[in-house]
Amino acid sequence: MNLFQQHNDILNRRQFLNTTGMGLGAAAMGSLLSQTQGAGGQHVVGAHQEPKAKRVIFLFMAGAPSQLDLFDYKPELAKRFKEPLPESITQGQRVTAMTKGQEKLVAPSMFNFERHGKNGTYLSELLPHLGSVVDDICLIKSTSTDSINHDPGKTLFCTGTEIPGKASMGAWLSYGLGRMNENLPDFMVLNSAFWTGGTSNVQGLYSRLWGSGFLPSKHQGVTLQPSGDPVLFLSNPDGVTRKIRHQMLDFVTEMNEGHLASVGDPEIQTTIAQQEMAFRMQMSVPDLADLSDETESTLSLYGPEVHKSGSFARNCLLARRLAERDVRCIQLFHRGWDHHVRLPEQIRGQAYDVDQACAGLLKDLKQRGLLDDTLVVFGGEFGRTTYCQGKLAHNDYGRDHHPRCFTTWMAGAGVQGGMVHGETDDYCYNVVKDEVHVRDFNATILNRLGLDHNKLTFPFLGLDQKLTGVNPARVVKEILS
Amino acid sequence: MLASWCGAEERLRFNQDVRPLLSKKCILCHGPDAEEGRKGDLRLDIPDGEDGAYRILDGSQAIKPGDLANSEVWKRILSDDPDDIMPPPEKKSHVKPLTSQEKETIKKWIEQGAEYEDFWSFVPPKQYPLPKVVNEEWSDQAIDRFALATMEDKGLSPKEKADRRTLIRRVSFDLTGLPPTLDEIDAFLGDESEGAYERLVDGLLEKKEYGEHMAKYWLDLVRFADTNGAHHDHLRDLTPYRDWVIRAFNDNLSYKEFTKYQIAGDLYPNATKDQLVASGFNRLHIIIDKGTALPQESFTKNVIDRVSAVGTAFMGLTLQCAVCHDHKYDPISQKDFFAMFAFFNNFDGKPETGKRDTPDFKKGLQPPYILVGTPEQEAQLAELESRIKELELELASEKSDESDELMQLQDQREALKKSFRGAMVMKEREEVRPSHILIRGVYDNPGEIVPRDVPSFLPPLDVEGQKSRMDLAEWLVDPVNPLSARVAVNRFWQQFFGVGLVKTSEDFGAQGEWPSHPELLDHLAIQFVEMGWDIKAFVKSLVMSETYQQSSVASRQEFLKDPDNRTLSRGSRFRLDSEVIRDQILAVSGLLNPAMYGHSVKFPQPEGLWKIVTLPSSYPQVFEPDTGDEIYRRSVYSFWKRGLPPPQMSIFDAPSRDACVARRERTNTPLQALLLMNESEFFAAAKHLAAALLERDDLPDEEKIARLYETVTSKVPDGEQATQLAGGLEMFRELYQEDAESAQAMFPQEEDPARRQEHAAWTMLVHSLFNLDSLKNRE
Repeated sequence: MNLFQQHNDILNRRQFLNTTGMGLGAAAMGSLLSQTQGAGGQHVVGAHQEPKAKRVIFLFMAGAPSQLDLFDYKPELAKRFKEPLPESITQGQRVTAMTKGQEKLVAPSMFNFERHGKNGTYLSELLPHLGSVVDDICLIKSTSTDSINHDPGKTLFCTGTEIPGKASMGAWLSYGLGRMNENLPDFMVLNSAFWTGGTSNVQGLYSRLWGSGFLPSKHQGVTLQPSGDPVLFLSNPDGVTRKIRHQMLDFVTEMNEGHLASVGDPEIQTTIAQQEMAFRMQMSVPDLADLSDETESTLSLYGPEVHKSGSFARNCLLARRLAERDVRCIQLFHRGWDHHVRLPEQIRGQAYDVDQACAGLLKDLKQRGLLDDTLVVFGGEFGRTTYCQGKLAHNDYGRDHHPRCFTTWMAGAGVQGGMVHGETDDYCYNVVKDEVHVRDFNATILNRLGLDHNKLTFPFLGLDQKLTGVNPARVVKEILS
Repeated sequence: MLASWCGAEERLRFNQDVRPLLSKKCILCHGPDAEEGRKGDLRLDIPDGEDGAYRILDGSQAIKPGDLANSEVWKRILSDDPDDIMPPPEKKSHVKPLTSQEKETIKKWIEQGAEYEDFWSFVPPKQYPLPKVVNEEWSDQAIDRFALATMEDKGLSPKEKADRRTLIRRVSFDLTGLPPTLDEIDAFLGDESEGAYERLVDGLLEKKEYGEHMAKYWLDLVRFADTNGAHHDHLRDLTPYRDWVIRAFNDNLSYKEFTKYQIAGDLYPNATKDQLVASGFNRLHIIIDKGTALPQESFTKNVIDRVSAVGTAFMGLTLQCAVCHDHKYDPISQKDFFAMFAFFNNFDGKPETGKRDTPDFKKGLQPPYILVGTPEQEAQLAELESRIKELELELASEKSDESDELMQLQDQREALKKSFRGAMVMKEREEVRPSHILIRGVYDNPGEIVPRDVPSFLPPLDVEGQKSRMDLAEWLVDPVNPLSARVAVNRFWQQFFGVGLVKTSEDFGAQGEWPSHPELLDHLAIQFVEMGWDIKAFVKSLVMSETYQQSSVASRQEFLKDPDNRTLSRGSRFRLDSEVIRDQILAVSGLLNPAMYGHSVKFPQPEGLWKIVTLPSSYPQVFEPDTGDEIYRRSVYSFWKRGLPPPQMSIFDAPSRDACVARRERTNTPLQALLLMNESEFFAAAKHLAAALLERDDLPDEEKIARLYETVTSKVPDGEQATQLAGGLEMFRELYQEDAESAQAMFPQEEDPARRQEHAAWTMLVHSLFNLDSLKNRE
């Protein structure tokens, strides 16, 4: 039920809604139709096929976590400590400016791996909690990408091409599927950084990663701020109470309606409807961020960091609350995975930040029956190299960027749990089986939401733009039940 | 769309009726891309040649003009065999099947002789005779004749002229980005003599705010920003370029020079500072930080970005589609792209941002750059230099080389120069760097070397020997170039009418939209060139037209039927841009600081926004707002961090300035409502204006209300509005009398409770007006 109906009834929304003769839905739709026509014709909102997921939670690990130290167990590598990486493996690959001239020596992971779940899936000792939900997730060890640097890599994963200016996944979903709730935006973004993993080499982000690109900006992601107003400009100025705001908006509506009557432009109706929505968001957003109704047992699922605003754990809890409120796309960015040097020390902190929180999120969604129609995905912009960057000791090493293989995972919405998809070679350097390009990964996300990545298009700069870009992409059907 | 253009017996026109449909459904596989994708050795975009549509292969002809039964294309369209049917089944091709209407069009076109036409925007504009119209009295201006002819074709007629208050408000916004002042309104209303409107327009064109407003559109187009846009997103100071753009519009530099300065200002013999600063156009691209990518990769990306910008801004072409392969829809080959690339790959500077411990880095600069002052500083410098020269001559004649005065002047000169800003410029290397086709667009996979040249499907660039960027610039503004003038006038049109005659103002290629008024567009392009690319004169001709001056009042049905006013049968009503909305609020509140030029300004924004995106080593890392009157500068001076542009701008659809944007979207969202309701500076402006009203104890409420309303909306309230406004004020007074605490919360400094309540009530009345729909729309 609409949590805020009650309040709105008390405040009597008659003037907002009735006098224009139409409610929000109709007014907003009028605007939607007039504004989403590209050069090529009319855009129809709705799924292309039966959706398995109503919403998606994307846990983006910005900076690119090491698959070797978290997910992709290579016990044989221990014997190859400090051996040069064979040419047959690197195949003349281009590398970054950071390790260009350097000898490529194997750095095995110093961490132990343990078996979890029904299928005995290996996970690093850094992820004990994720182990407890491994039967709900599908590990994709064969993810690959085109980019070897952070900025293009993140831009490619989030918008389908390395070239800035394109629409992000959440914006596409909002554009393609339309509104799912009337109190919150369709696409919300939560960021965390500088947490336990430390402050060194924390890569930057760009609002283009949740931007709308060529799509109308109403589809862009709205960031939830860890301090101050959770949504920008949400709170009334000092001296303007909710009652005064309400009266003021009624007054403005009256004036706007007079203007509508004399000018005729139905867009004025949309303005009235959007002011009404803003007024409702002033209630719904603080309610979203108010955790006083969460039980201790729920909070404990997410671990101790959940008590601190701005933590990844808190953001995971908020993600669940957003999912409950039918926000279509919820994207979390956790920064700090760029471990070129002193990897073991830093990855411990990073893993601590996310391990229990991710597991807690899955458990919490599951216990509420939300995992059936919520897709949860986890991944960074690329992987990290088997060879060492900087100092190499058994318990101290660094890893450079590696686009050829890395591990991601998906859970919920009909993705097969307890499954491992794809394989890498003995050096964890190349995919040897079932490659999943980030384009395929994104196509699969769209598929879960009922969208066909080849049909979800928008004409811009002479092309039918797609989230998966101009290269072919495929849905990874093998992991879907 | 097609139906409205082709009556039953009408002759179809290839460009208008057939080409868009082929482009959408056939050309991806049967188009110009030779390398890959061309299926069945058949092109449907051209008639002749080995692969052309008229070719006969194995006894069958793809399209046989006038002979439907013997046209293989038609057989394939009708086929029900999934292996034969064209386009192939959607499941396989991702191309939607032809609609019955589309089939009908193809059928008729083949029957009528399957005539091809050169692509409309690639042939020079033609001067069409003024069309005949029924309502000849309406106007004898050419723009109006063309617009009216189309209206009459569609059974429409123009609206009456907008009332004078609407008109002055509209044209003030459109030319200066600001609403008229009360004095300006009085002067215009009081001038009942002939030519009052024209004098108004002339006056507005002479305001310095004109250049600031025009610049804003250009800055979107060339993706001007204050940070490097990749990785750390460090400071990158290109503000002298921005200031030059403003001055160029105010000084009415011709579009021809405007273009040449930017493409090749550095190549003029004895280039002036302005020409050099303008060449900074070539430095506006995103540039990644040193030590991340490989420099060769960064270099290639920069050049591609530079060429793409020229394509979008000056040619209306998506050249960048041909980086990896021949263009799928337009006749731009990969070779064409790298021939253009060759003009821009000879930059004499680093491809990545500089070392962070240098003084240049802290200033956001990277060589090559020159030092420039503001116009006042430059004038000072010129004066100092002439005095120094004089004195030196004097001293020379006295055979003395020492003088206290001279030393003083020299010191002054040095001190002045120190306060100058650096302006990054374009610079050519001595030795020309060869340009290779990059196979699949990959930077380290060079193919054959291609010499500098313009795309082969456009008029040739006839220059002996090595062609220069200046040759390219000359070619762009040569009247034989079919694109430059059309693309420019279309953008101006878009600015004054809301939507371009070609809606896709960034793309004049086959995938772009066919112009709504092709003959008018050609007329405008020819006019523009004939008037010497004179921007002010051209813009004046637009706003002087009766088409422009129509009332925007229309019925709901008319708005729904033609929301973007593509028929031009009324005045356009559309949402103002973010900059105009902010500047307007500051202007009517009496806060706007009219200072021009200089470093970009950080207007207050909610705390912590940059924290989401910056790195610990980003420079600047923490957002520190400017203070004092600086925060009331016009929005065109706003500090633009690409990683997180100012929310007051981006929430109202301003682009991130990552890529070239020729037109902004206009949305209507709850976040925009929240911004106008709660942004602290907007609310502070309401308080400020309310305070000014309270000062006027001499005026009765109703007069104060009327003045307020007129200040904010340029209109006087009618009877009903006056009653509503008075009622609103009473309501707010009652609310704050009941709730004295809130009045105190709003004005904690004010000691007198009654005055607090009064100020709060008036503030809310002003604030309400700032939230009206008419404040954010141009009518």
